[in-house]
Amino acid sequence: MTLLITILAASAVTIVWYCHPDSKMKLGTLCLMYWGASIMWMADAIMEYASEGAAYFTPAPADMLNDFFLGLSVVTLGLIIWIVILLIKDPRGVVRAALHRKKK
Amino acid sequence: MACFLVPAAEAVVTTVVQKSMEKKEVSDDRLAAQAEGNEEIGTGKVRFSEKLGWLNKMLWGGTALLAFEHLWHGEIVPYFPFLTAAAQGDTAGMLHEMATNGVLMAVLVTVVWIGMIAAASILEKKDNRLTAGEKEI
Repeated sequence: MTLLITILAASAVTIVWYCHPDSKMKLGTLCLMYWGASIMWMADAIMEYASEGAAYFTPAPADMLNDFFLGLSVVTLGLIIWIVILLIKDPRGVVRAALHRKKK
Repeated sequence: MACFLVPAAEAVVTTVVQKSMEKKEVSDDRLAAQAEGNEEIGTGKVRFSEKLGWLNKMLWGGTALLAFEHLWHGEIVPYFPFLTAAAQGDTAGMLHEMATNGVLMAVLVTVVWIGMIAAASILEKKDNRLTAGEKEI
C-alpha cells in the first residue's frame, strides 16, 4: 500500500512537472525524491514476494490500514522536505523580496 | 532493519563526486567560453554533474523517506545505538538485510538512473541533428 501511494504521488508530480516545463518550483526535485523512494520500496516488494509468494498480495486489513496511513505520512513528509528546499533555494525570490520589504 | 543505509552510503559517495565534478566542469566551460570569445558559459548540453544530481536526489529522497518508514516501524530509534536490531543483538540479520534488500535498492536506483542518462543522450543527439539540419538550410 505504501509503495502504491508513493508511486501514485510520483506519477502525479511527474505529470505536473511535464505540463509546466518552465516552472521554477523545483518540481523535478520532488519528482526524483518520490521516484527514488518508490524504486526502493519496489526492491523491498521484490524481496518480500520472493520469500512470501502470492501471499504478498493478500495482506491483513490491519496491515493495509497501517500501510495506507504510512503511505500518506511519507507523501506528506516528502512535501515538507520539498517546501523546505523551495524556501531555502528561493528560485522565485519570494522569500528574499519579503525580507527586503520588512527591512524597509 | 537498516537497508536504507546502503543507498545512503552510495548517496554520500555520489554527492562528493558530483560536487568535485561540478567545479571542474564549470571552470572548463569558462575556459572554453573565454577561448571562443563568448560571454555565455555552457555548451547547451546537460553537464554530467547535473545528471549525477538526478541520482543524488533519488538516493537522498528515497533514503529520507525510507528512514521515516523505519522510524515508523520502530526499526530505528533517536538514541544510541539508533538501530533496534543492533541493540537487540541481531547484527547478523541486519547485515544480511543490508546485503540483500539494501544492495538491490541501490542497484535498482542506479539502473533506472543509467536508463535516464541513456534517454537524455538520445534526445540530445536528436536535438543536435535537428540543429545541424537547420544550419544547413
